[in-house]
This record gives sequence, C-alpha cells and structure tokens, in this order.
Amino acid sequence: MASDDSSNVPLQELTGAAAATAAVVPPVKSPKLKLYSFWRSSCSQRVRIALNLKGLEYEYKPVNLLANEQSDPEFERLNPIKYVPALVDGETIVADSFAILLYLEDKYPQYPLLPQDPKKRALNIQIASIVGSSIQPLQNYPVWNFIEEKLDSNEAIKWTQHHINRGFTALEKLLKGCSTKYATGNEIQLADVFLEPQIYGGIKRFGIDMSVYPVLARLHEAFLEHPAFLAALPEKQPDAPSL
Amino acid sequence: MAEAEAEAEATAGRLRLYSYWRSTCSHRARIALSLKGVDYEYKAVNLLKGEQSDPEFVKLNPMKFVPALVDGDSVIGDSYAIALYLEDKYPEPPLLPHDLQKKALNHQIASIVASGIQPLHNLTVLRFIDQRVGAGESVLWTQQQIEKGFTAIENLIQLKGCAGKYATGDEVQLADVFLAPQIYAAIERTKIDMSNYPTLARLHSEYMAHPAFVAALPGRQPDAPSSS
Repeated sequence: MASDDSSNVPLQELTGAAAATAAVVPPVKSPKLKLYSFWRSSCSQRVRIALNLKGLEYEYKPVNLLANEQSDPEFERLNPIKYVPALVDGETIVADSFAILLYLEDKYPQYPLLPQDPKKRALNIQIASIVGSSIQPLQNYPVWNFIEEKLDSNEAIKWTQHHINRGFTALEKLLKGCSTKYATGNEIQLADVFLEPQIYGGIKRFGIDMSVYPVLARLHEAFLEHPAFLAALPEKQPDAPSL
Repeated sequence: MAEAEAEAEATAGRLRLYSYWRSTCSHRARIALSLKGVDYEYKAVNLLKGEQSDPEFVKLNPMKFVPALVDGDSVIGDSYAIALYLEDKYPEPPLLPHDLQKKALNHQIASIVASGIQPLHNLTVLRFIDQRVGAGESVLWTQQQIEKGFTAIENLIQLKGCAGKYATGDEVQLADVFLAPQIYAAIERTKIDMSNYPTLARLHSEYMAHPAFVAALPGRQPDAPSSS
C-alpha cells in the first residue's frame, strides 16, 4: 500500500528544505474540495500543482483509467466526456483542467497564476493551449488505443514522441531568451503548471531527449525543486502503484 | 501625400488576423472579433499550399497554426489566447459571465471543443491515418471523434440545465464562440447527423441567424473559393 500521502499535505507541513522554500500561503481548510484524479494523468497533475500552490486542501478521489472507472455512471455524471480531472467544490462541479484552473484562479486568488500584463497573460494561455490542445490530446488514450489497435504500440510511441517533440520545438522558440526563473516570470504561472506535467511525462514515459530543449530542460530542473510540484508528482499520489 | 499618411495610420492601429477560411480555429477568432465589433485586416494563410511554413509566418507563430493575431507589437497565436485577449481588451459585449459556475461551464465547453474534438481531426492526424492506416479511414475516425464530443456536450448542457437561446443562457458567450465553428464544420464537411444532438442543432440555427456569426463563416472570407 502506497504510504506516501504528501499530496494531501498542506505546504506548511512539508519538512526541511522544502518548507523553507515553500510559498507562504496559509492552508485553506476546504474539505469540500474533491479532486477526481489518476496518478499518471498529466491533466490531473496540472490541477494538483495549482491546488498545492494555492495552499488548498482537498480529498483525493482516484479514478483508475486502466480499469475504465471513468465510464462508471457516477463519474460520467461528474464529467460527461469521461476524462479526469474533475473538481467538486461544494455545490460546484467543474471538469477539464483548463476550466478548473481558471475557476480556482477566480475563487481562490491567493498565489495568482495569471499575470496582469495582457501580453504575458496571452503568452501563458498560448503555452497552456499548446500543451493542452496540441500535444496532450494526441497522446491521450483514444488516439493511443486507435494507433495501437490499427498498427502497433511502437507506432503509438513514435506518434506520441513526434508530437511531443513538435510541441517542444515550438515552445522552445516561444520561450527563446527566457531569462526568468520560470517560464514567464520569477513566480510560477499558468504556463509552468501546464509545462511540467508534459515535460515530466515526456521524459519518464516516452524518453524525450531534453538536451535539444535547453530552456524547457532548465525550467524542468527548477520545477523539480519546488514543493508544490514535488507533492503533485505521479508517484506521490495515493493511487500510484507501490514499488 | 496626406491620404497615404492617413491610410498608414489607419492600418497601424488595426488588428491583423492571420487566418484560413476553413480553419475552425480561425473561425473562432473571427467570431470573437465580429462579436466585439473590432475591425481587422485579414491575412490569408493557405494551409493546403503549406503557407504556414513560410519563414515569415513561423516567426509569428512557431506552432505554424492559424489563427494568429497581431496587435501593434503583440503577437498572439492560438484561438483561446486570442479570445481571452480580446475579452480583456474589449470588454463589451462580455463573453464570460461573472457567475463562477457559469464561467467555468463556458471554459469546459470551449475546452471540450479545443482539446477534445478539434485536435483529433486536425490535418496532421487525418494525413497520418489515411497514409498509415488506410485511405479514407480518417473519415470514420473524424465522425467518431465528433460524435463522442457532441454527445458529451449535449449531455453536459442538459445536465446543467443551462441553455437558453444560446449554449449557457440567453446571451452569446465563450462556449458559443467555440461551438459554432465545430458544429458548422461537422454539418458541412463531416455530414454528422444532428438529430442525435437536438440542443446543438438548435444552437446551430441560432448562430446562422446571428449577424456576427454569419460574417465569420468560412464562405464569407476573402480567401474562400469564389465558386460555392
């Protein structure tokens, strides 16, 4: 049984160096926040990161995609397209990571993820869109299963790698000359929340060579030092398989 | 001399939209501009001729996608970023409600279209399927992805009981900006049977009767083929 439950640990209870560098946001007791998530889903990971950054406690509700739990009628009522993540906040139900993140941004403005400057704002949305519309959907299971079934799993892997590389090439161009700690500034913003799960999954699952993406590689290293990102990692989730 | 100067000034203040007549993503941006009453210069990018790979355009949008919006020295690639940029810069009429639940619902519907449907039948996917799986296989695939997405949106709208004249109420909102191009393309190009989606079918007729939506239709664009 996976014993590491740090995904539900408010930032301030992380120990040592992590606590020292943690964002100073007092945890908001919102036991009515429930996140339906799958450990390995990069879309779920985005929301986990944001909840951590904003210091929001939540109940982790696992949806096992490999056992097709997303097709349970209960879950379909929460999200008719049957994808994770979905967020329940009292009476409010929001699905789709982008919609959830913008909802959290409005409702819990602490640690804002979108800058005021219109150009920087647009850049954050564009980066989020590149990941959320042009990379991730092409490796999602409907496409993956189709290619695997019609061709084979090697082709599915090559297809996924191609689109990750294509997206990363474009992102690297967009972020050329980036001299700030994170993608669009010295604070974590929406772009970072979308970038890291895609980079992490790209490396871990698809062997993407990050040496050709120096800006993204540098950002990735910076993300891996941030407690909110660490606590949101797939392996740290309650439904991750125990080693 | 004075005329040329005045013209240069007018062009200088104008937004510029890089668009392809038939691109649903470009269509979204055109609707948003049209709804906000914003004048813009139309710059055609012929995707079938590969003009998105022209070095000039790649400098503007490294993803080599349309649409891209140029506003002075700002370049915004991506229809979602463009829609929200316009929402901030031209607040009237608002495309997002103040109510957080309704706002989230608009983003959810827009995202189902922008992440869950359109990317799965983009040119790159269709070419791969036709070349590697089998000629014409992409047609069935496209139909399946649209039907899956439309079923979800139809169910979502009914579940939330939110529809009015438009998708989430009686005013046009962000969800409509994203839905209209997807529904139009589904009907015109993929010949989807809309009888399974009564709400979406009704919304389509509302959009076809709204001047701002009509002005943004593919066939109305400068780069649309003249014979239609």
